[in-house]
Parts: sequence; structure tokens; C-alpha cells
Amino acid sequence: MAIIIDEKTRLIVQGITGNQGKFHTTQMLAYGTRVVCGVSPGKGGRDVEGVPVYDSAFAAVEAQNANASVLFIPAPFAKDAAFEAISAGIKVLVIVTEHIPVHDEMEIVDYAKRNGTTVVGPNTFGIVSSGKCKIGIPPNQFFIEGPIGVVARSGTLTYEIVGNLTANGMGQSTVVGLGGDRVVGLSFVDVLEKFEQDPQTKAVVLVGEIGGNAEEMASLFIKDMTKPVVAYIAGKSAPPGKRMGHAGAIIERGKGTFNAKVEALQAAGARIATLPFEVPGLLREVMG
Amino acid sequence: MKLFEYMGKEIFSSYGIAVPRGRMVTSPEEAALVAAEIGGEVVVKSQILAGKRGKGGGIKFASGPEDAGEAAASILAMTVQGHKVEQLLVEEKIQIDKELYLAITVDGSAKKPVIIASLQGGMDIEEVPDEHIVKCHVDITVGVYPYLGREIARRMGLTGKAAADLAKLLPLLYKCFRGKDAELVEINPLVISGDKLIAADSKFTVDDDALYRQRDVPYVEDRTSIEKQAHDLGLAFVELGGNIAVMANGAGMSMGSLDTLVHYGGSPANFLDAGGGTGMEGTAKALELLLQTNPRVIFINIFGGITRCDDVANALIQVKKTREIPVPVVIRLVGTNEQEGVKILNDHGIEAYKVMQEAAAKAVEIANAG
Repeated sequence: MAIIIDEKTRLIVQGITGNQGKFHTTQMLAYGTRVVCGVSPGKGGRDVEGVPVYDSAFAAVEAQNANASVLFIPAPFAKDAAFEAISAGIKVLVIVTEHIPVHDEMEIVDYAKRNGTTVVGPNTFGIVSSGKCKIGIPPNQFFIEGPIGVVARSGTLTYEIVGNLTANGMGQSTVVGLGGDRVVGLSFVDVLEKFEQDPQTKAVVLVGEIGGNAEEMASLFIKDMTKPVVAYIAGKSAPPGKRMGHAGAIIERGKGTFNAKVEALQAAGARIATLPFEVPGLLREVMG
Repeated sequence: MKLFEYMGKEIFSSYGIAVPRGRMVTSPEEAALVAAEIGGEVVVKSQILAGKRGKGGGIKFASGPEDAGEAAASILAMTVQGHKVEQLLVEEKIQIDKELYLAITVDGSAKKPVIIASLQGGMDIEEVPDEHIVKCHVDITVGVYPYLGREIARRMGLTGKAAADLAKLLPLLYKCFRGKDAELVEINPLVISGDKLIAADSKFTVDDDALYRQRDVPYVEDRTSIEKQAHDLGLAFVELGGNIAVMANGAGMSMGSLDTLVHYGGSPANFLDAGGGTGMEGTAKALELLLQTNPRVIFINIFGGITRCDDVANALIQVKKTREIPVPVVIRLVGTNEQEGVKILNDHGIEAYKVMQEAAAKAVEIANAG
């Protein structure tokens, strides 16, 4: 098991002929992801690392029966590419691109919802069902199969925590990067619901950060979960009114503070790691 | 990017939303001229990127040109809410029969635009009790039509001509919100003035990520000089005032680094997300930037995914060759091309940490010993 993607996922890489597209196609293939083809308008007929390239997502889906796509497309063109993928029938769309205008993000998420497409991102490292399929940009070596589900808003911090898990012999079922932007396709609750139902997942790590109310919303669901949750919230020392790298990571008008999030999560029964490296120890405690 | 009130009002006006007659000025003389042009009583408003200007003395009424000049002189000498006043808006004093609140913003959890309205305008919306606030999400494929304005007026309890005017105004405000890639358009107060509905104030925030396609929106700089340099390099940087300069890759990791330093009793000088995939040149420039904060120690925390450890190591060596780094550097380096990166550092006599908390503790020890 695992959630959202697995060994049967057939992936398209949109923007495969660019530097990032090429590099990460190689990395994803090395991880074992079934990258069935790429899309790059005007460059159809070529191949990248042995992966055939098509001019459009429609052609790619038709020829290769693909069901997932990842976007390595510059922000100004991301909406077009996302609409194309959704319109072509892609069911899991991973948008790595950062700095996409928030109005475009609202439109992408809305169109996806009406077509039954799951959007991971934008501004995400991607999603990994460890040992089965990786879509996105995380370093391969830290992701091993196991019982821990991880859901996060931020990339490198997730590598840090997953790296700690793996070093402690704790593999992962699926690691999901929601994305750092204000409007993203998945919420913590969407992913927690899936982990709660996934037989492989025995415990969940939630990696949040200051800003917005996603963690507070998550705590409402965690309250009724049967599986234990360990959470780490980044930004304890962040000043109010300053955007900490991510568009969504800002304390505005006294909302979205570290304390509010930690209190809500604790009240829901989640265990809180004060620092990233405390996560494996807490997992051991809650998993008994 | 936040716009000044007068800029927001100019945009409102271009979309057909009524605003008071007035102009931006930068001197008492100009203020007097504009007041004479308008005639009658005027209001002189400081233009700063913060609210609650009235409480800080940043808004004054004037009976005529001479009075307006004096008001302008006194406000221009002020610091309001921590902001030095450099620009003023002089506009007609409008008759106020009732103050409403109207805004459109992005609701991240609903992933949609949301309209927020209230009969209790003129104060901070946070201070208005929930039962007096009407919220309504917008279906982005449908947009906003007059019916939605009528429905919001009904839910607010607004009747008569003002309700009909709101139904006309709301689609214009939404057009403005969408057309300018706004994160927030806020009219507080939206004034019922005789038989008119007038936007007496504006808060307008444009999405930074959409500025590339909003060339006709004026650019407003709201960053410190060093934050601006970082922005121009494509780096996210926030000054924090401590003595440990920090560079990490990724926003979450950067916040995690600060939290860890603070946990060990340290005081970070800054937040710096060197970003994913920042090459050697970018990393070198980021280091230069850190030195400007005059730290006691530099803490570099890299977990390379898209970022390559050898690039970071080479950048550090390159900067060391071109200039003296007057303070110790504590570096933690793991991830993509880790072995290559660590070897480069070791060859130049620099030790690299593998574990974040050990490196953070070391940085704090150095900073606090100095």
C-alpha cells in the first residue's frame, strides 16, 4: 500500500528537456519511478535518458497511458501546462514550480477539483511512496520503505526529518509535500485521511510551519484519528509580519503563530517535537 | 507588495469605484495648492504602509489651504507607527452618514477568493464581532455578478439605495482584485455619503509573484537595504538583529535552523533561505550578504536535495579566496554530492558537521563566547 502514488503510477515529465527536468528525470528513473514519457512542445520525437518526448500531454497520455504528471515549468507558463495535464486526464499532478501567482494557483486547484485530479504543490518537493515511486526532487538515498507516513509544508526540512527517520531504521509509507504557497492542492486533512485508511501506515509525522491555519484545521481531524501523530512546527523564533521564505509562512494580524498551532495539536493528542531531531524518539514512544 | 492608500485609490478609480477627490503631495506648499483646488474642508492623510494612522496623529482635518499647509508640515515631521512620513494624500472631506467594511482576499484554506463585508466599518475588522461579519467565497470560474452584491447586502442587513450601489460596486472591486493580481483589496471605511457609496480608504496588496505581469502597478519598496539586495539576488532574507548569521536552504529548514540556534541560547542575525538549486555564484553572493550583518559567527546549514554540497563548498572557498572572512564559519553539509563537498572543505582545512544540532550548538558557543 502507500497513498496517492505507487509502483503502478505511470508518470509524464512536463518540461523534460529543461535542465531541472532532465536532471530529475534521471534521478526519478534511478529511484525506480516509471517515467513513461516527457512533454516539451515543439520537441516531440526526441528522447531524454531513453524516455520518449511528445509535443503535448494529450499525445503522451494517449500513447503511454500515463496517469500522473510532474511540472518542471517556469512560473509564467505553469498554469497553461497544469490545465493541459488536467484536461488530458492526468489524475495526479505534481507542481514543483515556485513563485506561481496565487490567482493562477486558485484557478489550477479549482479546475483540478472539478476534474477529479489530485494536485500536489505548487512549490513542493513532490511526493515519495518509499521504495515504489518518487515524483519530484528529493534526494533518493534517504527514502526507504516502512510504516511512517510523513506530510509536510516544506522540503529540505522534510529531508532532514526523513533522514533522521531512516538513520533510526524507520522507513516511510509515503512522504507528501503539500507545498509552501498560500494556495496548494492538498491540505493536511486530505493527506491525514488517506494515512488513517492506509494499512501500511502505522504512525504519522506532520511537519508544519507558522502562518495560515492548516495545522489548526489538521488538529480537528487528528483528534479522531486512531493512528498516533508526531508534529514539528518550524518558525518558533520567527518575528510577526515577516514572510519567512514561503508565501504562506507569515504571522499576520496575530494569526498563524507557533503557540496557537502547538496548542491546537497538543489538545488533539499529537506529540510535539521541539526540534527536528526529536521526531524518531517520540515516534518510538507513541508506537510502543 | 503593499501599495500606498493613494495608489490603491487611483486603481479603484480606474475601475469605476468612487473615491474622494484628492492628490498625493510631498510638501506643505503642494498641500495648500491641492486644498485650494479642491475648495472647502479637506483631510490630510499620511501615506505609510501601516494601519491605525489616525491614532498616531497621522490624519488631520483642515478648513482651507493655509490650514492644510500647516497640517501637512506637522505630519511630514512625524514618525507614524514607526514609519517616517514622506508622502501625504490631500483630499476632500466627505460627508459620512455610515461607515461599512468591504474586502476581497485569498482564503488559503478554502483555496478561493473570499468577500468579507460588515455594517460596522471604520474600525479594524479583527475588532468586529463575528456575528456582524458576512463572509462569502467566490467560485472562481463564475466570478462576481451583481446578484452576489445583492445577497451580501441582504445578509449584512443593508437596504435601499446603498444596497443597490453595493451590488454595482462589488463586481468592479472583484474585477480589480483579479485584474491586478491582488492578495487583498480592502475598503475600510466604505462610506455612505448622501446618495453615494465612496471608498474613503484603500488597502491594496499585489502578489509579489505576479509583478512580472503587472508592469503598470507602481513599485513600492518596503524592504531594508540588505533585504532588498537579497531580493535582487532571488533570496528570501529577513533581518533579525542577533549575532549569528544564518544561511540554510529551503524555507522550513531555514526556520528550523533559527529555532535550533535559539533553543541552544543563540541569537540569529537573520533568516536566509538560499533556495533550492542555488548555484555557486548565488551561494557566494549570499555569503557576502551575511557578512554585512556584522555577525560573530556564520552558521551554514545545508541539506542538499536540489542544492549540491560541492557547489556550496566551492562557493565558500571562492569567497574565502576573494576576501577575508573575519569571523568563524560553522558549516553542516549533507545530501546530494556530500562526499565531494566535505572533501573540498577538508582540503582547505575546514571541518564540516554532519549533524545539525551539533553544528548549531557549536555556532552558539562561539557567538556567546565572543
